[in-house]
Amino acid sequence: MSLIETLQTPFVWRALLGGLAIALVTGPLGVFIVWRRMAYFGDTLAHSGLLGVCLGFLLGLSPTTGVLIVCLTLAILLVILQARESLAADTLLGLLAHTALALGLVALTFLETLRFDLSTFLFGDLLAIDNLDLLWVWGGGGIALIVLMAIWKPLLAATVDEALARAEGVPTRRTQAIFTLLVALVIACAMKVVGVLLITALLIIPAATAQRLARSPEQMAVFAGILGIVALFGGMTASLTLDTPAAASVVACATLLFVLSRIIPARR
Amino acid sequence: MKNLIFPGGYYIIALYPSILPFFIVTTSSSETLLRVSAIAFRRQGVTILDAVDLTLRHEEIITLIGPNGAGKSTLLKIALGLLTPDTGEVWRASGVRIGYVPQKLDINPALPLTVRRFITLSTAASTHEIENALTATGIPFLINASVHTLSGGEWQRVLLARALLCKPALLFLDEPAQGLDVSGQDAIYALIRRIRDTTGCGILLVSHDLHLVMASSNRVLCLNRHICCTGRPEEIRHDPAYLSLFGGANIQNLAVYQHRHDHEHPLCDHEHHHPPSRSQHE
Repeated sequence: MSLIETLQTPFVWRALLGGLAIALVTGPLGVFIVWRRMAYFGDTLAHSGLLGVCLGFLLGLSPTTGVLIVCLTLAILLVILQARESLAADTLLGLLAHTALALGLVALTFLETLRFDLSTFLFGDLLAIDNLDLLWVWGGGGIALIVLMAIWKPLLAATVDEALARAEGVPTRRTQAIFTLLVALVIACAMKVVGVLLITALLIIPAATAQRLARSPEQMAVFAGILGIVALFGGMTASLTLDTPAAASVVACATLLFVLSRIIPARR
Repeated sequence: MKNLIFPGGYYIIALYPSILPFFIVTTSSSETLLRVSAIAFRRQGVTILDAVDLTLRHEEIITLIGPNGAGKSTLLKIALGLLTPDTGEVWRASGVRIGYVPQKLDINPALPLTVRRFITLSTAASTHEIENALTATGIPFLINASVHTLSGGEWQRVLLARALLCKPALLFLDEPAQGLDVSGQDAIYALIRRIRDTTGCGILLVSHDLHLVMASSNRVLCLNRHICCTGRPEEIRHDPAYLSLFGGANIQNLAVYQHRHDHEHPLCDHEHHHPPSRSQHE
């Protein structure tokens, strides 16, 4: 079967559509993750995925619903703890990440009837997206993108300097809490498709690549989205021709773009 | 109205009188803008501030002076509402706009940002307003520069321009002249006085530059975890508490920068023995 024929099959279309939604939202969201030095935050939420799957199974809900509940809870917990605890953010994140992972592993042993594919969970399966998954990534991604645009200005002010923005009357705490929830939402919706280990890569790598090319915050967000889409198409093509895992190929392609952007001379 | 366009070069706040009225806010005179009463602030068992009172009125510049670790920046942040005191009250006149020049900023270098964008992050301003603010602080030519390329002195001017754009009724300045050369310091303080005179805002200032403080302030508040003394600059200069904080010998030239309080230096407690040296004459 030639590549053109392959591209016409429904599972490839679904994979591309799903990947498109994820690339479109992880780009603009990712630039804030890079600016706010929150890379480990994405990992922390991803670590809680197993607990979410177990919770979903226990409550008779879909795995993604379970993951969403756990991710949002963890995000809220983190916002509260950061305001109260004197511990450094990375310590707090490590604490939550590994506690959530440990609890997930413990919960898993009690759920003998849960059919669980560890490989898909860790690395995702872009090519196995069904219509429900598409609904999740477009629904969750769409909401996240709209809310992000609505809070863009205060969030940017709070990201540049929180104290200065707060002194000038920007509602920084509320804005930052909303942003944390958006990240949780996107990670939960994309986790099944991209996998626990690779979701943070899609937030970080296109944003880091865009930094070298952009001259304004908005430009960097748009470029990150575009670079994500380019990586998606490149990675999917590689996956279909070389028969490599789809999500991993997309991430590898994103890294290739990053390396290229560093080789090209800087504009400033 | 035409924009004021200046050729290149460093304008040490070559102020056109027409620029500042642009930032005028309406406040009636002698109105109290900020009142801080009986503030105590402790962290990890250490008392940083105790029993501090402060009232800032319209058209007034109050300067906080004191040694390192005296709690000056902490008091400023409490007055701003960025820190919550353990006891005491902070009252700000309702609806007043606030401008703030922090001591330092740490902007992630991965965030591409021009001066123009930076100073309008939390306000909406027209190009004309932006140009006026930058002209007022002497850096109209930096409007499209990246903030990551600014020098220390340029940063101070950019921060002041951002504060001006907020059209503040209350202005909080944490060492606004740090990193500036001598003429730049004079210019910044001249600008601060002019901002007060033309906009009528109340200004709370932290500073180490005593000679400039004395020239610019309406009131000086000498802080060392508690209020040591307060008053008009010419009064405070002779206050024993001030003299003990800022040393006796150096007080005339007012070039005091660093000083310690954990030990005393009594003036001339040692005798000067000059034994006749015979060797020279032999």
